[in-house]
Amino acid sequence: MSNNFVDIQNMSFYRGDRAIYKDISLQIPKGKITAVMGPSGTGKTTLLRLIGGQLMPDEGKIFLDQQNVPDLSRTQLYEARKKIGMLFQSGALFTDISVFDNVAFPLREHTNFSESIIRDIVIMKLQSVGLRGAAKLMPTELSGGMARRAALARAIALDPQLVMFDEPFAGQDPISMGVVMALILRLNQSVGMTSVLVSHDVDESLSIADYAYILSGGGVVAQGTPDEIRHSSDERVKQFLGGLPDGPVPFHFEASDYKLDMDMGGQGK
Amino acid sequence: MKSIQSTGLSAINSIAAFGRAGLFLIQVVLHRPKSFSGAMSLLIKQIYSVGVLSLVIIIVSGLFIGMVLGLQGYTILAKFGSEQAVGQLLALTLLRELGPVVTALLFAGRACSALTAEIGLMKATEQLSSLEMMGVDPYRRIIAPRFIAGLICLPILCIIFSAVGILGGEFVAVSWLQIHGGSFWSLMQQSVYFSTDVVNGVIKAFCFAIATTWIAVFQGYECEPTSEGIGKATTRTVVLGSLSILALDFILTAAMIGDF
Repeated sequence: MSNNFVDIQNMSFYRGDRAIYKDISLQIPKGKITAVMGPSGTGKTTLLRLIGGQLMPDEGKIFLDQQNVPDLSRTQLYEARKKIGMLFQSGALFTDISVFDNVAFPLREHTNFSESIIRDIVIMKLQSVGLRGAAKLMPTELSGGMARRAALARAIALDPQLVMFDEPFAGQDPISMGVVMALILRLNQSVGMTSVLVSHDVDESLSIADYAYILSGGGVVAQGTPDEIRHSSDERVKQFLGGLPDGPVPFHFEASDYKLDMDMGGQGK
Repeated sequence: MKSIQSTGLSAINSIAAFGRAGLFLIQVVLHRPKSFSGAMSLLIKQIYSVGVLSLVIIIVSGLFIGMVLGLQGYTILAKFGSEQAVGQLLALTLLRELGPVVTALLFAGRACSALTAEIGLMKATEQLSSLEMMGVDPYRRIIAPRFIAGLICLPILCIIFSAVGILGGEFVAVSWLQIHGGSFWSLMQQSVYFSTDVVNGVIKAFCFAIATTWIAVFQGYECEPTSEGIGKATTRTVVLGSLSILALDFILTAAMIGDF
């Protein structure tokens, strides 16, 4: 019996000719918080979509709770997704229903709970993200940070076995950030929820993660416990953690020579 | 050489898109609702959005088209001294042709474009992705209720359009131009057959509903999730929907007339 909830083996994924991932292997242990970090454009969100079966790898295997995602039929895939909660970068709340109904949505879809039980669960989840008072508001009436917290409440409404958080700290003030961090930690410790945390907030992510991966250039450049990551001697890790513009990880998207491009008066596009 | 290549490529892309649209339709039609009451509640919401909210444009257009037909019909028929037949002309024109076709064109412009934009925006704001990740099939939750609502609403709107058009024509012909009301209605009654004229009109409307709603939901689901992509998909819905209505109308009319 594997201790990993997600096990990615020799996976490659291409967008056109560009390799987003090349022969990458990565494991998400059960009941742990795993942080996935890396520069913008390395495909961290793509990784979450691959785990959730919204994108299919070109090569390799992605085991989700012992099932290889690319081998699943559409029905099996939808069944497997019931074990997953995902917080999208944009929140992705349904704009035609209230915050309360958004959080109640997965409960109404996947359980036979009575409305009174659903109400109690929704109120509890909204209280945990500090939005109980906003239950009746429409998503368009929320700020960006509030919308993401409401989406977080929806993602954990069913207490799924795996929650994938895509930039949970983005747009949060320091108080909200602390509350969200404490909530992720509490869910992990109290119900043993497996969490994947995709974030640019290095300090916050490493402070609650049990294990961390740093991705760059289509592969894993470092992995280990937060302490191992912090004390890594790898230049790429040092550059990323220190936020240094110069180093082995390029800041610029792949392009032709800058001087040559300028000399050509824009014709080199 | 390049132009041949690009023509070939666009032909292949069109065929591939048609294939995807076919598979999409099969999946929408074959989906199994989770519960009858849940499916009904989603359907009723969409019937309101697609059908009830289209009533104003359908009724107002039907009224004016009926009035214009009454006026034009009277002017032409009066030259032959047969202005009493204006009721017959009105009913047959509206029930057989104008009712289904104009209703479908208006429906494509009002309801179908809104369907595409709504689904496209749901895609752009990751609402469809979040449904998928929650284990909720968007075909069941989003696409099927809208598609079925279109199939139900368009034939009903077509009947309303024709009825209002006939009343508009009656107002012009009988109340305004003083044609005898008894002749107006009795000639109409004599010449209109329920099994051919009325039913054929409803069948046409149903076929148009399949085509336009299918195009609308598919364009929304397949669109590029950007503001430009949604705009293009909405335009495609109206253009392809309108053209398919007119082409289908010719095919269906030829099939319904039968003997040439």
